[in-house]
Amino acid sequence: MPEVLLSTRQLSLTLGRERVLRDVELDVHRGRTLAILGANGAGKSLLLRVLHGLIEPDTGVVSVHGKPLDHTARARQAMVFQRPVMLRRSVQQNLDFAIRTRGIQRSRRKSGIAAALTLARLDHKRHQPARSLSGGEQQRLALARAQVAEPELLFLDEATSSLDPASTAAFEDMLGTTVAKGTTVVLVTHDRHQAARLADDIAFLHEGRVAEQGPAATLLDQPQGPELTDWLEGRLQPVSTHGADASERSTP
Amino acid sequence: MSSVAAPSASGPLQAAFKLIATADPDLIEIVTLSLKVSLSAVLFACLIGLPLGAVIGSLRFPGRALLNLILNALMGLPPVTVGLLVYLMISASGPLGIFQLLYTPAAMILAQTILITPIVAALTRDVVAAMHEEYREEFDSLLLSPIQRAIALLRDARYRLVTVALAGFGRAIAEVGAVIIVGGNINHVTRVMTTTIALETSRGNLELALALGAILLSLALVINASLMGVARIGVRTGA
Repeated sequence: MPEVLLSTRQLSLTLGRERVLRDVELDVHRGRTLAILGANGAGKSLLLRVLHGLIEPDTGVVSVHGKPLDHTARARQAMVFQRPVMLRRSVQQNLDFAIRTRGIQRSRRKSGIAAALTLARLDHKRHQPARSLSGGEQQRLALARAQVAEPELLFLDEATSSLDPASTAAFEDMLGTTVAKGTTVVLVTHDRHQAARLADDIAFLHEGRVAEQGPAATLLDQPQGPELTDWLEGRLQPVSTHGADASERSTP
Repeated sequence: MSSVAAPSASGPLQAAFKLIATADPDLIEIVTLSLKVSLSAVLFACLIGLPLGAVIGSLRFPGRALLNLILNALMGLPPVTVGLLVYLMISASGPLGIFQLLYTPAAMILAQTILITPIVAALTRDVVAAMHEEYREEFDSLLLSPIQRAIALLRDARYRLVTVALAGFGRAIAEVGAVIIVGGNINHVTRVMTTTIALETSRGNLELALALGAILLSLALVINASLMGVARIGVRTGA
């Protein structure tokens, strides 16, 4: 198994009176893809935001390369949100904004943007307003924008949940190219089939704690605990109390 | 017993249109000075109000609520009060008396700038705050500094901010209270459309007043048409 890139220990988070993450312990290995699965309201999106440093946990620590998550480590990460937020600019200017803010050298910007446009298959729409793109195109642009600075760790928060199958396939195809370059990916999804297609490892979250964690190949076929078994068989009900609300609140 | 006939409006109205049609030099001078003063005030108000509004709209800092309260209150500044304060500042015995600004177009620009800067800043704050709510997580993820955020938001809100500037211009060009106090309404020096209308109406010289009134109304129409046009461009370009 490759070295651990990111890990959490005793991670907890409370929103209002609800403890939405409970003693989460996770290991993300370099170059691998981890899928976080769970019912609605299990705390998946919140966990992803804590891992990326967007939300401070109440207790516990997120470590990258064995050191607490700091500004330098966060600068080598990127995130694609469920609903992509496109700047009110052209496709190319959206990429240019991302690459500039990441401090990429001027000499590498042009080639970086060109490569990202090709990867996203948006060359022909480079001058079009980003907000006029279809949902699938916007999500591909969001992924291109996230990976334009070649992050070592990429977070995806239900990035394909609102896309049709063809757009999802195009997005996954693009993600495959990113993963092939060695980028470590942590993704949140509701779709067990997508997890099976994309993930090397799986963490199953139930009521804010990691109920099960292991290689995707074995875990999806032979779940150990009752929660994952129930979820895979469609018997696990979404969390309908504060946990669900908290998860929804965090979603952009 | 003599009866006083009400003055007919048709005579002055015809004379007013003649003044406009013949591009009367006095009329042109007054309109030009009005535009110079108000456009300069809008420029200075935007230079101060846009960054100020962007910072207040996108950052959280101690005292922000108080600053918002003050800004909102300043939006309703009475022009005569502004005129009086500026008069006290720039009169010979005031702190800025050495600059000898009283009864000059510069004094009028200063007064109008003070009057509309809170409007520009407050409207910018509202536009930027709404946009920042939408962008917040993306910007947090990109680790943008406060300055980078403010600049990015100002750029993305550009079409809406044009309407903010036009709203400020509309307020400035129609203002009379402040400029008449600090400008003095001196012929060929500080006489602008609104002060001329007030003066000429009181004198019974309705031709010039009506002509200027028609131009002010036309400007209001042009400003509103511009607002609609800019908004349409924004929608069409996805901005």
